[in-house]
Amino acid sequence: MSYVLLVLAAIFVNNYVLSQFLGICPFLGVSKKVETAAGMGAAVIFVMTLASAVTYFVYNLILVNLGIEYLYNIAFILVIAALVQLVEMFLKKSSPSLYQALGVYLPLITTNCAVLGVAVTNMQRDYNFLQSVLNGFGGAVGFALAIVLFAGIRERIQYNNMPKAFEGFPTALVAAGLMSIAFLGFQGLI
Amino acid sequence: MDITSILYPVLSVGGLGLVFGAGLGYAGKVFAVEEDPRIGQVLECLPGANCGGCGYPGCGGLASAIVAGTAPVNGCPVGGAKSAAAIAEVMGVAAGETEKMVAHVNCNGTCSNAKSKYEYFGMSDCVMASQLAGGGSKSCSYGCLGLGSCVNVCAFDALHIVDGIAVVDEEKCVSCGKCVNICPKHLITLKPESKKTVVNCSSKDMGKTVIANCSVGCIGCKICEKACNFDAIHVENNIATIDYSKCKDCGLCAMKCPKNVIYNPRIEAMKAKKAQEEAAAKASEAQKSEEAPASEENKAE
Repeated sequence: MSYVLLVLAAIFVNNYVLSQFLGICPFLGVSKKVETAAGMGAAVIFVMTLASAVTYFVYNLILVNLGIEYLYNIAFILVIAALVQLVEMFLKKSSPSLYQALGVYLPLITTNCAVLGVAVTNMQRDYNFLQSVLNGFGGAVGFALAIVLFAGIRERIQYNNMPKAFEGFPTALVAAGLMSIAFLGFQGLI
Repeated sequence: MDITSILYPVLSVGGLGLVFGAGLGYAGKVFAVEEDPRIGQVLECLPGANCGGCGYPGCGGLASAIVAGTAPVNGCPVGGAKSAAAIAEVMGVAAGETEKMVAHVNCNGTCSNAKSKYEYFGMSDCVMASQLAGGGSKSCSYGCLGLGSCVNVCAFDALHIVDGIAVVDEEKCVSCGKCVNICPKHLITLKPESKKTVVNCSSKDMGKTVIANCSVGCIGCKICEKACNFDAIHVENNIATIDYSKCKDCGLCAMKCPKNVIYNPRIEAMKAKKAQEEAAAKASEAQKSEEAPASEENKAE
């Protein structure tokens, strides 16, 4: 039960984008179309879940044993960068259209702070392996959920008649803020 | 100090990097995508400025489009015939003749030729100024504002503001078309470099309005249309337009144009020579008439 709660908490209560404000760059950058947003979400789910698993081993087996925990940032970034490269190669081979659609944002997962954020959170909260993976998976699902919902909103407000000064990113930011407030409603759920 | 405190971090992080690197290297082979080798070869033939003048996102986009067959081998306006020939060699097709195009600003409303409605003290940007009431400070609503949006957008230093209007340096122009797109007045067009006859006006106003605003505006009198032997110049919407596929660059229209809107360097030189001769003739006549009374005076004495 506690594992289910962990996943739900990661998705809704501690949503990485809307409650912790991590990973805003792809959240705003790739949310113009639901299709690409879903692709980005899927890529992040894959990278984040794997990153949580690998960083757990790297941290506990290597860094802790050698007493060099202070190197966690470098080690985690290394893991994430390698994983993103792997995902990029995989997508280029298996789904060129998704690869094209994600474009520059796919390599940007490397610097998606939500991915590093998950790894660091897992470490700080002393999660065991399963908890780490579930937290990573839940956090990524939360990211995907947020970005797909947001893309849906943006697709609809794109053609609205609005003052020139609000066209494009200003409305997107306002919408993101409102979504964040809406997600505040999940606080205290668990 | 314990040496291990340096050795462990270096070895562990370095080792991680090595393991990941080896893994990625292996994955790179497994997931290798077979890319047409010609894309790389075509890319090498392109200028690599990524100016976007071809309409594709950068030189890489054009290279893949050329290899895919959706773009012609002479698709790059910047590289011109040289890169087209190189690409044609890669692709194994004939390049076809590509005429070098250059941009031309179809306005001659310099500070002395055209009037202003008001003095403009704003941002030095035509796009902004053209959104003001009346479309900018020029009294001719079609004229060059001379604030240099095209100059700013030109990556090749081929445009300059001279005497209040933009002027293209044809040697530097690579016809990327950026100025054509940015000009809010749509004054800039691409024309073949070899053709020197140009209409330096874009006003679609009626003749009376044009005369009131500018001393060198096209009044749509159609004299050029009648003068042309090749059916190459036509007046539509009160403005003469040259069809360069038919134009033979003879300059007859430039000779006949009553407002000096049509410009041809050869005819211009001829006109200047004629004016000089006339001036000289006038001067010698004046001299004669000066001498004549003098001789009469002599006679009187």
